[in-house]
Amino acid sequence: MTNKFTKGIATTPSWQLKDNQVTPQAVFNQRRSIIKALGLGALGAGLSGGAQAGIFDLFGDKKPVMPFTTEPLTFNINPNFSSIEAKTPYKKVISHNNFYEFGTSKQDPVNNAQAFQVQPWQLVIDGLVDKPITLDFDDLYKLIALEERTYRLRCVEAWSMVIPWTGFSLASLLQKAGIKSNATHVAFETLYDPKQMPGQKSRRLGGGINYPYVEGLTIAEAMNELSFMSVGVYGQTLPPQNGAPIRLIVPWKYGFKSIKSIVRITLTDRQPPTSWNQLAPNEYGFYANVNPAVAHPRWSQASERRIGEGGLFSAKRIATKPFNGYGEQVASLYKDLNLTTHF
Amino acid sequence: MRFTTKHLPWLKALFHLIALAPIARLLFQVLTEAVGGEPVEYIIHYTGIGALNTLLLMLLLSPIAKRFKQGTLLQTRRLIGLYVYCYATLHIAAYVSLDLLFEWSLLFEEIIKRPYIIVGLCAYFILSLLAFTSFSALKRRMGKHWQKLHNSVYLAAILITVHFYWSVKSEIIEPSIYILLTLALLALRLPKRRAQTNRYK
Repeated sequence: MTNKFTKGIATTPSWQLKDNQVTPQAVFNQRRSIIKALGLGALGAGLSGGAQAGIFDLFGDKKPVMPFTTEPLTFNINPNFSSIEAKTPYKKVISHNNFYEFGTSKQDPVNNAQAFQVQPWQLVIDGLVDKPITLDFDDLYKLIALEERTYRLRCVEAWSMVIPWTGFSLASLLQKAGIKSNATHVAFETLYDPKQMPGQKSRRLGGGINYPYVEGLTIAEAMNELSFMSVGVYGQTLPPQNGAPIRLIVPWKYGFKSIKSIVRITLTDRQPPTSWNQLAPNEYGFYANVNPAVAHPRWSQASERRIGEGGLFSAKRIATKPFNGYGEQVASLYKDLNLTTHF
Repeated sequence: MRFTTKHLPWLKALFHLIALAPIARLLFQVLTEAVGGEPVEYIIHYTGIGALNTLLLMLLLSPIAKRFKQGTLLQTRRLIGLYVYCYATLHIAAYVSLDLLFEWSLLFEEIIKRPYIIVGLCAYFILSLLAFTSFSALKRRMGKHWQKLHNSVYLAAILITVHFYWSVKSEIIEPSIYILLTLALLALRLPKRRAQTNRYK
């Protein structure tokens, strides 16, 4: 990993990653052990009496595959977006995912996404822009200098992580295309490829979402300094289960807004449809700002289970903060909005 | 071949093994991290589905016993029923300890506010009553009230499938299939109910 110091500052900050969290060898070993365990798990699948997939497990044909290969990235650490909170270990970040394109359970993405092809990749930025652009796979890492930011990730299911992402601000990307003055919203779209994404092929695996997965932000939200395009995590390129090769991170919103494996970003003059809102409009709104005061109809959002280091009982329940603790940066965006009705 | 009381210990041993195997598998999966680094949701779902599967298998037992004239099978129902209770207890224990992390105030708040939790808890209350009245001595003393009370297992089955259906974030196919299975198992009994109570009172 490359660590460049901020000009004029030569200290080792407390939030700097420990070597054992990022060395490729450790990463490699961790992933090997996961895959090995998956192989063992697959042997046991036939015995299922009541597994995650329940009655469908009998028809499962999980095969262990070679883990997806990630590459180390070169980046600067952005000291404005660091965190004193303990980070969620890499191993948990890449093995506890919601990515319904690869299945609805938390371990489905790591199990089903390892053969995912990210090359070639094309990310199109079009709509109300001065100059539509298409980024190829290599451009994702070269077009804009990469930086690392550590953000809290709060899932709508009331668990959370602290994750160092590598990437660039969404604003810097949109500025490359030039935003027309009549653009009011930004629409995002995930790759649609049922051959690679089993959840898009099977309604049961994909949780009934109408694919491709789509998300959206207002222009003001998209241009906010927090909005981030991530191409890496823990200094490595993204694994598929985390949204390879490029994903959005909007840390003051519930995790489902941070759309993964993006192929299209379209500037538009109306509020775009968003997948979870389409599926259950009474449970998931367009804004989806983290808000402890507004409960999900079926569970409380007042607190969250923080996933950190250690075993099963080591997680902590902590109070959820408005805007996931990023109120200072984003609360002003919503000063004229009733956040209870616009959840 | 017809099972007799002579085979009963073997049948019971087999059912113990079948009921315990998924728990062993879960332990193995969690310890080898075969189900990800954060298997909380997996454990809660696994034990919940385990309770439901065991309950449906138990409900399948008397139609099978009747169809194939294997009355001895019915004597394993208490054993299986107690495993239903065991899985349901593990399910709730996992929710309280791993998800809520023993935050009791949050638990009480959730119980009051969330209908799917209330429904699940009602089912658990019924299962508890059935488990605590499962002793032979108590069964004799309760007389005909015992059967009446234990017929509420059908209500518990319906409540559990509704709880499952209500709890999922999307993907309603699997809970829907469970509801249909449960209704089918209950429908099997409706016309023959009188004959059954006469015979096995």
